[in-house]
Amino acid sequence: MSDDNSSASGMIGAGVARIDGPDKLSGRANYAADNLPPNLSHAYGVFSTVASGRVSRLSVEEARQMPGVIDIFHHGHFPTLYRTPSSFVQGNKVEETRLPFEDERIYYEGQFVALVVADTFDNARAAARRVTVDYSADDAIANLEQGVEAHGTRKGSGNHARGDAGAHFDGAAHTLDVTYRTPVETHNPMEMHASTAWWDDDHLTIFDASQGVVVARNALSKIFAMPPERITVHAPYIGSGFGSKLWTWPHAIATAAVSRELGRPVQLVVPRAQMFTTTGHRPETRQRLRLATDDNGKLVSLRHESINTTSFTDQYVETCGSVTKSLYSCPHLTVSHETTQVNRGTPTSMRAPGAAPGLFALESAIDEMAEIAGVDPVQFRLDNYAERDESQDLEFSSNHIVEATHRAAERFGWADRNPAIGSMKAGREIVGYGVAACNWEALKRPCDARVSLRADGTAFASCATQDIGTGTYTIVAQVISDATGIPLDRITVKLGDSSYPDGPISGGSWATATTLPAIAEATRNALDELKRYATGDGGAFADSEADALEVADGGLRSADGTQTSFGDILKAARFGSADGEAHTDAADSKYSYRSFGAHFVEIRWDPGISKLRVARVVSAIDVGKVINETTARNQVEGAVVMGIGMGLFEATEYDERNARPVNNNYAEYVVPVHADQPEIDVILLDYPDLEFNEFGARGIGEIGTTGLAAAVANAVYHATGKRIRELPITLDKLMDDVPQARSA
Amino acid sequence: MRHFDYARADSAEAAVQAHGSRDAASGAGYQAGGAAYLAGGTTLLDLVKLDVMQPDKVVDINGVALDEIERLDDGRLRIGAMVSNTALARDQRVIADYAVLSQALLAGASTQLRNKATTGGNVMQRVRCPYFRDGVSDCNKREPGSGCAAIGGVNRSVHAVLGTSENCIATHPSDMCVAMAAIGATVEVEGPEGQREIDFADFHLLPGETPAQEHALKPGELITHVVLDAPMENARSSYLKLRDRQSYQFALASSAVIVTLDGNTIRKARVALGGVGTKPWRAPEVEAALEGQAASEALFTAAARQAFTHATAYAHNAYKIPLGQQAIVRNLVDLTESVDPTAA
Repeated sequence: MSDDNSSASGMIGAGVARIDGPDKLSGRANYAADNLPPNLSHAYGVFSTVASGRVSRLSVEEARQMPGVIDIFHHGHFPTLYRTPSSFVQGNKVEETRLPFEDERIYYEGQFVALVVADTFDNARAAARRVTVDYSADDAIANLEQGVEAHGTRKGSGNHARGDAGAHFDGAAHTLDVTYRTPVETHNPMEMHASTAWWDDDHLTIFDASQGVVVARNALSKIFAMPPERITVHAPYIGSGFGSKLWTWPHAIATAAVSRELGRPVQLVVPRAQMFTTTGHRPETRQRLRLATDDNGKLVSLRHESINTTSFTDQYVETCGSVTKSLYSCPHLTVSHETTQVNRGTPTSMRAPGAAPGLFALESAIDEMAEIAGVDPVQFRLDNYAERDESQDLEFSSNHIVEATHRAAERFGWADRNPAIGSMKAGREIVGYGVAACNWEALKRPCDARVSLRADGTAFASCATQDIGTGTYTIVAQVISDATGIPLDRITVKLGDSSYPDGPISGGSWATATTLPAIAEATRNALDELKRYATGDGGAFADSEADALEVADGGLRSADGTQTSFGDILKAARFGSADGEAHTDAADSKYSYRSFGAHFVEIRWDPGISKLRVARVVSAIDVGKVINETTARNQVEGAVVMGIGMGLFEATEYDERNARPVNNNYAEYVVPVHADQPEIDVILLDYPDLEFNEFGARGIGEIGTTGLAAAVANAVYHATGKRIRELPITLDKLMDDVPQARSA
Repeated sequence: MRHFDYARADSAEAAVQAHGSRDAASGAGYQAGGAAYLAGGTTLLDLVKLDVMQPDKVVDINGVALDEIERLDDGRLRIGAMVSNTALARDQRVIADYAVLSQALLAGASTQLRNKATTGGNVMQRVRCPYFRDGVSDCNKREPGSGCAAIGGVNRSVHAVLGTSENCIATHPSDMCVAMAAIGATVEVEGPEGQREIDFADFHLLPGETPAQEHALKPGELITHVVLDAPMENARSSYLKLRDRQSYQFALASSAVIVTLDGNTIRKARVALGGVGTKPWRAPEVEAALEGQAASEALFTAAARQAFTHATAYAHNAYKIPLGQQAIVRNLVDLTESVDPTAA
């Protein structure tokens, strides 16, 4: 990355180490289940073993007699709660709107049907297994095809149409009409979902594994019908979430409710198996792509029609066509989303929602279309990339996808690719090269922040956003250090507490672009306050004008070169601190703000042992200004690995007879291990997008996941001639001569 | 956790005494009630926490001195039941004489698990079938007579094509046992009626009509040692494990192969398969097809086919029939690759 884009202090853009690293390495970082208040009790769920129907009888007598049991809650014994409007705009969204234990209905396997509270975790779990539940089970809708067949689809959101895609498909020079499928993926963050809650008089304190403490507080405020000031949600550290911890799930609501009922702290850790059912997942999709080009390989018609599964309680739309609307220039284009209800828990955002499955389909189809049109797949993309956002009729604020594609292609060695299928060999392995674009929207939300410059020479910042492992603590400190000259080790950053000034959820790749301008503004306001103190009566610069003072090295400097530290200025004025607050607004809509990039993937296929592996990835990413090169690179590398998982391994498998997830654990739900991780070469373009915010940063969490699975699929096709349109691309899908299974 | 009695034993005899399950119904009797031996705990504690195994007594044998590996006068290698997977894989005699075993062990699980898991415990490892582990589905191992949900369910990765029955199709998950099946071994046990030996080939049982009966141990019997057959002279051996990801996954198909060569001619061959069978699967028909023949890929391909003559494919695992053959062929190719076909 180019050095000339770093700030004058060198702090913005520098690859500084995470300031929270020592706490994490030493075990001092406290996660939700690390909080063990006095008199803590432990809750363990009883989970439905059927996916549809109702609880016909629930017996707690035997469980009640088990050691340590305090109480057992269920639909016949649970406090009355209230619904949240679940509004994104109001900031009180939950994904599963049904309240826990609201009735005896069962909508999915793994749904809470009872909650045992006991003195220890082990006693709670043992007793939970003695609760006997009889069900009146209905036939379960187990997957997308069953849902569509049983009751069709419902219209979803995010639809778009321009021109007349149907008319321009018929009779076009080259056409493609194919359907892609992606399975349910489960987030599987390492840290379990967990809540620890207690009440002091009428104040609820809850440590929750949450990517959004403010929204969680607001939702709980609605659910418990009490003012938000009486609720504090803490999430100082999160062992990742990938979206599954964005919104409050039933377990957190239930934990808070039973803590109030019992008058003592309660902790609940969701078992791994139920993290496949009751805390969201990326839904199954079926996507039909119809593309047409003219004789020259220029797109003339594009239709992307997607259906995803949702629950019977909520409408969740996986907006697979969100990127399709604007990535390529095409005058006649339709994007539509529909859902079908199945007996699974409510889906939710998973890293790059919509775009990850959507770009698997679109970027596979682009490859297929390029081949039909007889154009190199890289050239086909370059020929068709959009110069402006045709869906919104707006210019892009900053778009370097062409350069990203060229640079990645060159670094990768695309020119060496022999386009003939299976033509490139290395020993026993066949080499495949594949390409795909990546793309993600850039969003910036409203944000508040507070910064204090303190008499002891330190700085303190607070904002109710979170660091979900991505480096938010560190980049906030970098911004303050950049503006004040205070070294990082004298800056304390506090996040993950809903009592701090309102900050954004850690999702959508918008935390950086949202939080940093507010921190910077609050820092400037604190400096202004400090200058007033300095230039006031008896101040260190009483003879100077505030405007004449420069900020340098943790102090102020006058025109004559006199330098006084912030601490001495504050002590002289007898102030403990100079404080600044700020509110910054959401992004405007003058431009289309998006991030861009390109993945180049080399796969190896050893047909003799049916072994497929990703050998090499080169990704060039255009996300505006990079704030911290180390954490940014780490985000893209991690996203690429997640994309490999999506491409080759990940699928939550449901038994089609009863809708039960089968591989609901870390052994059988296959994600990449270290040994699966190839050489990953990340090129960060680092062009500041100053139309978007003062730092020019657009956020980097999700984009690397988009397109990667398609690049893998395209490389697999190049090596094997097999076009796999259903993820994951497991070895059995590539084998020849697989015999027929016996008829069941 | 369910409450259970816990006893520590410092000798095999004391362990058997403490176990006291002379009258338990079957080897799997500790699933509901009954006593269980605790070695590394990597299977037992896992399944107890899932409530799938519910022993009312646990006899901890970690104090029993069964952690030695010794060379017997007849050339065999006697491995104490408490020798960890890690220690066994790193033992110089194993590396030198039984490379296939060392490789199989290191292909299994993770470092942490191998440090805990023991030789005896790995022989007793239970199936990874999700319908067994979920505690709810029909499963003839867990609830004899309830049926087999895996047949007609999701059966891609941990379900077998060899040795299945209408009652159970789960694979035996161990890599170590596949190597032992190829090497040949004897299981030494201590029981209420004293000591006895069981041929390794007879130790694991096919599911047949009684999938809950997984092994040849009588109630209360404890594995004390596994004795490997003396190594074949001038043998080459290796373990090849095929799976979706590169580590920490049970075999979709694997092969343990030992060969001795006379020039380019295969004199002796031992072949066992993992990931495809309901028990560690020795393939004598493959061995017979190889022995006395000149090594070639065509021979290996024809021989490998022999292992799957009677295979049964289920809805999602038919690919294991060709994959298992690939595991055999590639392993043989690699083992014989450096052979000079012109040598005598």
